[in-house]
Parts: sequence; structure tokens; C-alpha cells
Amino acid sequence: MDDNLRREIILENYKEPYNRGLIDDENYSKINSRSDSCIDNLDFEMMINNDIISDIRFDGEACAISTSAASILIKELVGKKVDDALQILNNYKNMINEKSYDKELLGELIVYDEIYKQPNRKNCALLPSNAIDKLIGRLKK
Amino acid sequence: MNREDFPMLKSNIVYFDNGATTLKPQCVIDVMNKYYLEHTSNIHRGDYDASIITNKLYDNTRNIIGSFINADPDCCVFTSGSTMSLNMVVFGYMKKHLKAGDEVLLNKSEHASNILPWIKLSEEIGIIIKYVPLNSDYSLTIDNIKKCVTEKTKVISLAHISNVVGDVRDIETIGEFCSQNNIIFNVDGAQSVPHIMVDFKESNIDFLSFSAHKMCGPTGVGVLVGKRNLLENMDPILYGGGMNNYFEEDNSYELKSIPTRLEAGTPPIAGVIGMGEAIKYLDKIGMDKIHQYEKQLKQYFLDKVKDISNLIIYNKDSDSGIVSFNIDGVFAQDLAIYLNHYNIYVRAGNHCTKMLKDDIGINNTVRASFYFYNNYEDVDRLVEALKNSRDIFKIIL
Repeated sequence: MDDNLRREIILENYKEPYNRGLIDDENYSKINSRSDSCIDNLDFEMMINNDIISDIRFDGEACAISTSAASILIKELVGKKVDDALQILNNYKNMINEKSYDKELLGELIVYDEIYKQPNRKNCALLPSNAIDKLIGRLKK
Repeated sequence: MNREDFPMLKSNIVYFDNGATTLKPQCVIDVMNKYYLEHTSNIHRGDYDASIITNKLYDNTRNIIGSFINADPDCCVFTSGSTMSLNMVVFGYMKKHLKAGDEVLLNKSEHASNILPWIKLSEEIGIIIKYVPLNSDYSLTIDNIKKCVTEKTKVISLAHISNVVGDVRDIETIGEFCSQNNIIFNVDGAQSVPHIMVDFKESNIDFLSFSAHKMCGPTGVGVLVGKRNLLENMDPILYGGGMNNYFEEDNSYELKSIPTRLEAGTPPIAGVIGMGEAIKYLDKIGMDKIHQYEKQLKQYFLDKVKDISNLIIYNKDSDSGIVSFNIDGVFAQDLAIYLNHYNIYVRAGNHCTKMLKDDIGINNTVRASFYFYNNYEDVDRLVEALKNSRDIFKIIL
């Protein structure tokens, strides 16, 4: 991907993130996610209806990578069936962790395909996906 | 000053993370290597040549510390660092001597190590923690402290220099006030002992904690200095070898006298020897000279960044070499990552002062903390990078 386009997508999602702002509704399940290795600190809320992720929201303070990844992940996951969402999440994590992954499943998340070049930022990219993963796990139980 | 003494500075880095830890001069590395290469041995009870050398160096470190901060050498306890020292004060001394309802004065710009142990003690025995309000420039003054003192105030606990704001607290006056009012004065010297002259006796300090690694020494070792009668009435946090005279089947035991009683187990011997060398090294340069020079560096930085309109500095007026700042609209960690691109090492975060957000209104800052081995070119490089920060996302993304 062209570097300028990549930067543009990340910045757009950093400066005006999708679904930023929590709505304190008891139908949502909530989780706080912060990293041991950096200062990212995000809260997530999620609602699943009839096995479909009907909404995810987030808020907090985090770096450009973490915030934009939260925004793009939410765009990619809302409206998906839970199992499909898990597949997208796993595929995304595989990409960040330098394992084999399916480009077709990524959508805009492909902008993070070179994050492995900055190992200290992998955790930033994984913070939102790990949080959403945990929320799904909790709701599936 | 003295840049040639620091092997790390031979690479092209600007090291401004001295509030977190400092670089080590060759002489400190040498004495520690010498211990490992030539006279490795445990302390005490050794009857062979290597152990005699080790013991002499180890024991002499107390004398070096004592004369550096004006304290009795046998009232200087080796610990693993400031965090352990502060925990020893709270759980070894205060837990035994305070009772429910007793008040301890803290403030919101203290490091976690001088807040969390107190919160835990409050949970355990019901002491009351009161936070002295900070001034509009986030500094802590004796006037505000006095306003919070009641007849129940038993302890005032504070950092001599706070690690984000960098204000130098007037410990002489506060110490005198404490001693007149029968209040225990507990000082976290982690950010001050490395940078400024500290006089334990003259300042009426009851307990003083500091870490070697923030003053050119090794990690994993530090000091708790206490008044003799307080240390003698402190319970050890750790029990084991080296600190007892005897123990018997009927549960009777006798502990050694201070400071050994408070130093169970094999200590970080190389660390203690390295710490002694580091203190000798700083003493030779002169603490007043170090403090003056750091203030000059900070002033030089402030003068140079005057025209950077999107730079927010939170502690222009504080009297130490610590500068906390943000670029408007940029997350602190993104700024730190950007500066790393120019080999400028700073720290981003809340710097373990998680409550300061209540007063300062933001969670995270970038902190550049200067030391004597930084020079004006280092500051120029930081200023230049900050001036060009409109390119930040081109560089970090």
C-alpha cells in the first residue's frame, strides 16, 4: 500500500474515530483495556443481538495506532456474525504477529501490515483487538 | 560536563530520561566488574582475601553515604531502592506506631511509591490520608501544608523534588515545622539526592529514601536513612540470614542491631559497591555545581522554545532540571516515539503520578529530565525536533 494513503487512513481514524464516546447503557458489556508496555488506556462497550455484533463503542486516551485501530476494527466488525467477527480478529492478530493471514479478510485493517517493523507498536495495534476479543468471549459464555 | 566518562554517550543519543534512570560512568562499571572478576565473595564471616576486600568496600559505602548526606553511617540501611525504602517506612514503622484516625499528609503529585503503601495502610489500620492542595503552578508550599495540619496529623510524607512538576520543596522549613509539632517527616529523595545537596540532619528529616540507579549507580540498590531511635523501633519487612543473633526451638530469637537487622539475606553486593563509587563520583563533581548546571540547561531550553506556539509546558517555573510538556493535539507517547526517531530519549506517560491529572487536567505528558552530562547541543537537538513536529505523523506512521 502507498505510504501516503496508509497514513491518511490511519490519521483520519485517529483524528475522527468511528463510534468514539461511550453510551453507558446496561445492555452493553464493558471492558477497560490498558497495556503494560505503554500508556494506551481505552474503554470498550459492545452489544450482541441474535448472534450479530450490533454495536461497539470506545473511548479513552491512546496513541495514533491504538486509537485508529480501534476505529477501523469497529467499522469492520459491527454488523458481522460473532463467528465471522472472531475470524476477522484472529486474522488481524496473525498479521500483527507476523503469522500467515488472509489479505481478503482485512479490509482497511491492511494499513497495519507493516507494523511489525516497529515491534514496540505491536501492542498498540493489538490493544483494541484483544479487548474486543475478550468482550466477545465474555458474551458468548 | 564529564561526558567522556559515560560509554553510552559515545553513540549518537540524547539521553533525557534521567528522571527514570541515569547512565553509568565507566568508574562505576569498573568497580562492579572488578567485584565479579576479581573478588567475588559474600559479605561477613569470610576469612579469605577476596572476602576481606569485598567487606571493606561494602562497609565503606555506608561511610560514603553518611558523609554525602550528613547522616550517621549506621543509620543508612541498604535496600533495593526508594520503593522498598518507602514500603519499609510504612509497613515496618508506621503500621506499628500509627492508629486508626491518625492523619498522614500527602499530595497528588507524589510518585505511586509514596501513595499506594499509605492507601494500603489505610485499608489495614484505618489511618486517614489527606492530600495537601497544590498551588496554581502545581507546586507544594509550606503554607498549604500548614493549612491541612490538625492535632491528628502524625506524618508529612513528600518528595523533596516531585518527578513530573520538578518543584523543589522547602524541606528545611517543613522539617523544622514537623520537629516543632511532633510530626514525622518522611522524605522521598529519589529525584533530589541525585541532583541537589541534601542534608539529612540539618533538614530535620526522620526518614529519607533514595535509589542508586537515578544517581549514576546500578539498579536494584538504594538506601533508607532514618533517625536512630526510629530505625531501632522499626520492624524488619524481611527475616532471614544475616540479620539475627540466634533463634531457638522454643521460638525465641534475637535480632542484630541496626542497620543489619533491616537487611536480611545476601544484599546486592556489587550494587552496593557500585553505589558507593557513584556517590564518590558525584561528590567530586559537586552537587551545587550539578544543580546549577541543570537549571541553566532548563532555562536555555525554555528560552529556545518560546516561539513554538503548539508546545505546552506545564512546569516552567520549577527549580530543577525536569521539563514536562505536550505538543497540542499529539498524544504524549506519539511524541516520544517521534523524538526517538532523532535518537532523543524521553519518557511519555503519567510518570507514576496517576493522581496529578486531578490538578493538572491531563493524564499524560512527555518528560525531559536533564543531568550534568547533558549539554547545550542536546537541548538544541530536542528544540529542533520540537520545531519540526508538524511532520510528526509522516515520521511515526
